[in-house]
Amino acid sequence: MIGASKMGVGLCETAEGMGYSPDLCSYARSDIACATVNGGPIGGLPRPDMLVCCNNICGTVLKWYEVQARYFKVPLFILDTPFCHVGFADEAKRYVRRQLDEYILFLEKTCGRKMDNNRLKEVGKLSLEGQRLWQAVLNTTANRPAPMSAFDAFFHLALIVTLRGTRDVIDYYSQLLIKMKDRVARGKGAIPNEKYRLLWDNIPIWPRTRWLSQKFASHDACLVADTYTSAWCGTMKYIDENNFFDSMAEAYTRIYLNIGIDEMAKQVLEMIDKYQIDGIVMHSNRSCKPYSIGQYDIQKIIEKERGIPSLMIEADMVDERSFAESQVETRIDAFMEVIKQRKGR
Amino acid sequence: MTLLAEFHDIACNPAAYGKKLKKAGNRKIVGYFCSYAPEELIYAAGAHPFRIFGTGENIQLADAHFQAYCCSLVRGSLEAALVGRFDFLDGVVFPHTCDSIQRLSDIWRMNVKGSFHLDVVLPVKLDTPSAKDYMTDVLTRCKSDLEVKLGTTISDENLKKALRTYNQIRKYIREIYEMKSADPDILRGADIYAIIKASMVMECDRLLTLLPLVLEELKKKNNIAEPPEGKRVILAGGICNHPDIYRIIEEAGGAVVWDDLCTGSRYFENLTEESKDPLTALALRYLTRPVCPAKHAGLFTRAEYIVKTARERNAQGVIFLFLKFCDPHSFDYPYIKEILDREGIPNIKLEVEDQLPSEGQLQTRFETFIHML
Ligand code: SF4
Ligand code: SF4
Ligand code: SF4
Repeated sequence: MIGASKMGVGLCETAEGMGYSPDLCSYARSDIACATVNGGPIGGLPRPDMLVCCNNICGTVLKWYEVQARYFKVPLFILDTPFCHVGFADEAKRYVRRQLDEYILFLEKTCGRKMDNNRLKEVGKLSLEGQRLWQAVLNTTANRPAPMSAFDAFFHLALIVTLRGTRDVIDYYSQLLIKMKDRVARGKGAIPNEKYRLLWDNIPIWPRTRWLSQKFASHDACLVADTYTSAWCGTMKYIDENNFFDSMAEAYTRIYLNIGIDEMAKQVLEMIDKYQIDGIVMHSNRSCKPYSIGQYDIQKIIEKERGIPSLMIEADMVDERSFAESQVETRIDAFMEVIKQRKGR
Repeated sequence: MTLLAEFHDIACNPAAYGKKLKKAGNRKIVGYFCSYAPEELIYAAGAHPFRIFGTGENIQLADAHFQAYCCSLVRGSLEAALVGRFDFLDGVVFPHTCDSIQRLSDIWRMNVKGSFHLDVVLPVKLDTPSAKDYMTDVLTRCKSDLEVKLGTTISDENLKKALRTYNQIRKYIREIYEMKSADPDILRGADIYAIIKASMVMECDRLLTLLPLVLEELKKKNNIAEPPEGKRVILAGGICNHPDIYRIIEEAGGAVVWDDLCTGSRYFENLTEESKDPLTALALRYLTRPVCPAKHAGLFTRAEYIVKTARERNAQGVIFLFLKFCDPHSFDYPYIKEILDREGIPNIKLEVEDQLPSEGQLQTRFETFIHML
């Protein structure tokens, strides 16, 4: 939200004034600053009673939540999900599973009441159902033309991120799915004249999504899929509907960012085939090392395995100071030229 | 002290030393990153643990894998590997630490051929019962993985010997640190840096011979020293690849009397309990040793440790030293600074890129700081 409402630069600068290096993740920087000034797009979040974080996306989350736990003086629970370079070891599985028990104890203690296991089962079912529907929505973009673009997905994503496990998610995505299926049936695309289909990699450049979407549309190119929004439903295969609690250990640990680069490349290749992709747009996001380091290698693998071109945009998801518009524009134009030539116009 | 020449030679060019060892052909050589790598297991398997540092060359090949916003340690060591500087390694061990090393491990596995690859996925939390068990489990797996990769078995007896050996080395280095802390003029900062850096790559037997000799020499010098002049400071941060910093601090009127660095005290602090089951004992050491900010052992643990160390060592100031683009250390800096300020301990920060800032510039910064103390 901070990024999309273009408040990032101001908040990042506040954090830098507090001693945080401008090289640190801009989500962390802007949230840390936001807490102290009670600012941001919605005037700050309510004061927390406790903090919970999971390091399945990065080590930054750990440091960021340490900062906030010190600031708010509240207890912090860390779900530590060992990185899966080439697989998920038994001992790691045991460790995460045991932490779930520790997590319940933490919650019971902090909230002063007992865990309701029936409610947990219900939330687990709703969570899984929400993920299924979100995946179904994303699947519709395999159609030509794609009824929505990755830029739309960045918007609709908000629910699975913030309300997973509630009925609202299911209601919202059920309707969205009906709408998308209807658009497919009517052959209505996200952009007027879809000729080229692209895949987006990494977190959106939030303050520039509209500009980017229009820029690509002007080339008749639609970003039909992305590696980011699909991460919220990428580990359904590990979830046991009838035993959500036990299986969530694996589902949380084996998400997209917590796996080796070669495994990520494999998933990108699958998406290329599924969505019939003509080219990849990679956002080399200086905020996010776990997402960005390795993109060069993934690029090479894609080039070798599928022979499709890719474009690397150097930027930041929130901090606009790292976005050089005219340079990006020139590079997009050049990239689209290559794609058009390959497709014989 | 002529004894020190050997340490300086090796610290200047660890790769040349590794190559020479390899030629001698006695043992397999296993490279490792980070102070959380279980050297004892490698040693007990009959191989030689060798800590990997960047070799400071111009980054060219590594640019095809790492963006410019990655720290010089990961870029520099990959570069060295890709140009073949580490061809003498039979294998490499990657303990899980920060996001950058995590991805370096993947990139290394996919691009550097000819040596085995072993990830040791340590817990990030160090202060819970489940983390403690997991740490032991991970070390147990590391042991059996090493056995397979090195085609050997690690006997309990060898493991215990390894624990003793490393404890002894750590005790010696700590004693050298203690002597320097008691009388900073006894040894130059660059000397102690050379000793500890070289110790991370040198053969244990050689260290067990040399380190006591160094101590003996120091003890002889001890009583004739004049009252020390430099202002006492502590270095705190990550890895230091720039021995010149010690000299510049000294020329500016300071003396480094202790540190919280991973090319420093994090290497030797806390011994492994020899009476316990070896793997449990190794795990315990990692859980209780002064923590690196890439791990979690409480919300204030590291600041408290640095304040305590500064007090114990009678230090008048703290110099933070870490690499540009280093997330864990950059995140820790503001809160530790705040606590040091509150405690009245002056401090400055030096963020280092591949190259040090110009010497004149550094000199002025350190002089201003040290005069203030
Ligand atoms: S953007 Fe990247 S570094 Fe920042 S919190 Fe998210 S995953 Fe972590
Ligand atoms: S600074 Fe920390 S993570 Fe980095 S090498 Fe040292 S101990 Fe390991
Ligand atoms: S210097 Fe920092 S970023 Fe670089 S490898 Fe060490 S802990 Fe990681």
